[in-house]
Amino acid sequence: MDILNALVAFLNFVFIPGLTYGAQLALGALGVTLIYGILRFSNFAHGDTMAFGTMVTILVTWWFQSIGITAGILPTALLALPFGIAATAALVLATDKAVYQFYRRQKASPTILVIVSMGVMFVMNGIVRLIIGVDDQNFADGGRFLISAGEFKSATGLAEGLAIKGTQAVTVITAFVVVAALFWFLQKTRTGKSMRAFSDNEDLALLSGINPDRVVQVTWILAAALATIAGVLYGLDKSFRPFTYFQLLLPIFAAAIVGGLGSPLGAIAGGFVIAFSEVVLTYAWKKVVTYVLPESLAPDGLLQLMATDYKFAVSFAILILVLLFMPTGLFKGKSF
Amino acid sequence: MIRVENLHRHFGGFRAVDGATLEIRKGSITGLIGPNGAGKSTLFNVIAGRLPPTSGRVVMDGEDVTGLPPHELFAKGLLRTFQIAHEFGSMTVRENLMMVPAMQSGETLWNAWFNRGRVAREEAAIRAKADEVLEFLTISHIADLKAGQISGGQKKLVELGRTMMVDAKIVFLDEVGAGVNRTLLNTIGDAILRLNKERGYTFCVIEHDMDFIARICDPVICMAEGKVLAQGTVDEVKNDERVIEAYLGTGLKNKIKEEAAHG
Ligand SMILES: Nc1ncnc2c1ncn2[C@@H]1O[C@H](COP(=O)(O)OP(=O)(O)OP(=O)(O)O)[C@@H](O)[C@H]1O
Ligand SMILES: [Mg+2]
Repeated sequence: MDILNALVAFLNFVFIPGLTYGAQLALGALGVTLIYGILRFSNFAHGDTMAFGTMVTILVTWWFQSIGITAGILPTALLALPFGIAATAALVLATDKAVYQFYRRQKASPTILVIVSMGVMFVMNGIVRLIIGVDDQNFADGGRFLISAGEFKSATGLAEGLAIKGTQAVTVITAFVVVAALFWFLQKTRTGKSMRAFSDNEDLALLSGINPDRVVQVTWILAAALATIAGVLYGLDKSFRPFTYFQLLLPIFAAAIVGGLGSPLGAIAGGFVIAFSEVVLTYAWKKVVTYVLPESLAPDGLLQLMATDYKFAVSFAILILVLLFMPTGLFKGKSF
Repeated sequence: MIRVENLHRHFGGFRAVDGATLEIRKGSITGLIGPNGAGKSTLFNVIAGRLPPTSGRVVMDGEDVTGLPPHELFAKGLLRTFQIAHEFGSMTVRENLMMVPAMQSGETLWNAWFNRGRVAREEAAIRAKADEVLEFLTISHIADLKAGQISGGQKKLVELGRTMMVDAKIVFLDEVGAGVNRTLLNTIGDAILRLNKERGYTFCVIEHDMDFIARICDPVICMAEGKVLAQGTVDEVKNDERVIEAYLGTGLKNKIKEEAAHG
C-alpha cells in the first residue's frame, strides 16, 4: 500500500488535467451563459468564435516570434491575446449589426435566433479554415514545465512523478483572474448591473435609464473576450485545430446547462463538473488502485470505464440526466 | 400631453383595443376605469411602446411617438408600472430603485474602471435619493431585501417608487392599489396628489377601486370592449347609462330598474 504515490498519480493524471480542462470549459460556458442570459438565445457559433479568436492570436503570436518578441518563460500568445480579443470583438459586433440586430428588432423567437447562430457558425468556421487551414497548429512556447516529473521524483524520492506544465499553470491562473474580474464587473459596475437587470427582466430594464444597445454591445465584447481567452488557453494546453473547437461546443453547452443557463456561477461549476466527469470516466485507474490495494488484490484490467474516444458521450449523458432531473441546472438558470 | 387617436390593437381576430380615442391633459390625474378585459392594460402597453399598435396614433406633446421603444419613451419622461409587478429579482429593493436614473458616467467601461471617484459620487447621490423614496413609501425596512422575495403589495410600492426616482412628465399606473392595504392605498393616493402638485407629474391611473378614483382623479375615462365609453368627472361617468350597462350587462341593469320601479 502506498497512499502517497497513489495521491501523486491521482493529482498528476486526474486532478490537474481536470482542473485545467475545467477552467477552459468554464470560460467557454461563461460566454455562452452571458449571451443566453442577456440576448436570450443559445449561441451555437460560440465554438467557432473561440476558434476565430485563437486563430488571430496564433497569427499575431507567429508575427511576434518572427520579429523576436517573446514573453520569456510565459507563452508569447499571452502578449498576442489582446489583439485576438480585439479582432474577435470587432467580428462579433459586426455580426450583431449585420445579422442579429435585425432579428432582435423583429422580436424573433429564441428558436429562430439559434438557427441564425448556426448560420453564423458555418460562416465563421469557413473563415477560420480559409485563413489558417484545417491542420493542427502548435503555438505554445515559453517554459515547458513548472515542475517536471523527473524533478519531482528526485526532490521527493517518490516513484510517481508530478508534472505541472507551464500552460496548465497559465490556464488556471488566467481563468481565475478573468473570472474574478468578470464577477466584480457584473456585481459592482453600473454596466454590469444593467446587464443583470436585463437578464432579470427585460421589460423592466427598458423602463430605466439603461441603454439597451450598450448592454448588447458590452455583452458581445465580454463574450468575445471570454471565447478568445478560453480558446487560446485550450490551444496552448492541447493544440489548435478548427474542428476540435467546433466539437468543444458540446461540453461547453453541457457545462452551461448543467450549471443553469444564464447563471455565471453555474457556468463555472458546470465546467468543472463536466471536465472532471470526462477525466474520471476515461482515466485508467489501474495505477492508482495498484498503489492503494494490497498486492493480492491488484487489478488485472486497466480499470478504465470508457475509452477516451467516447469522452464526448460523457458530456452528452450528463446533459440528458440534468435535463431530465434538474432542468434548470445546479444554480437555477436565468439569474445572476 | 398625450393624445390617442383611433388606436387599434388586435390579437389575431380579437380587438383588445378597438378604435380608442382619448386625451390626457397636462397636469391632470386621469382615471381609467372599465370592466375586466376592457383593454385598459393593452392600451397602456401600446402607449408605452411595449406592444406595437395595429393602427392608430399616439401623440405626446405634439410629437408622434407611435411605436417608439419603451426606453426612448422613458427618455422623454414617460414612465409606467405594470399590472403584475415587475422587479429585478436578483437585486435588492434599493438597487432596483437605483437602476432607474440614467447614470452616464458609470456606464462606459472606461469610467467603470478608471474614473471610480466620479462614478462613486454619482452613485452616492442616487443612493440617497432611493433611500428618500423608500422612506416616503414607508418601506425603508425592506431596502436590503432581494426584490424577488418581498410581498406582492410591497412590489407594487417599489414599482411606484421607480417612478419617483427621476423627473417624469407623465406616469401610467396600472392598478397600483391592487393587493395593497387600505391605509397604504391612502398613502399612495397622497403620494400621487403630492407628486402631481409639487413636481407637476401628469398621471393616468387604472384602478378598480372607485373610492380611490373618486378621491384623486379628474377626469375619468371609462373603457369597455376596447372602446372609450364615456369621459367626464367621476359623477358624470358613474351615472352614465352606458357605463352602468358595461359594468352590469343590459339584463342586470333592466332588472335593477324594474325592481326599483316595483319598489
Ligand atoms: N398578449 C395577448 N394575447 C391575446 N390576447 C390578449 C393579450 N393581452 C390581452 N389580451 C386580451 O385583450 C383583452 C383586454 O385585456 P387587458 O389586459 O387590456 O384588459 P384590462 O382592461 O386591463 O383588464 P383588467 O381590468 O382585468 O386588468 C382581454 O380579453 C385579454 O384576453
Ligand atoms: Mg389590466
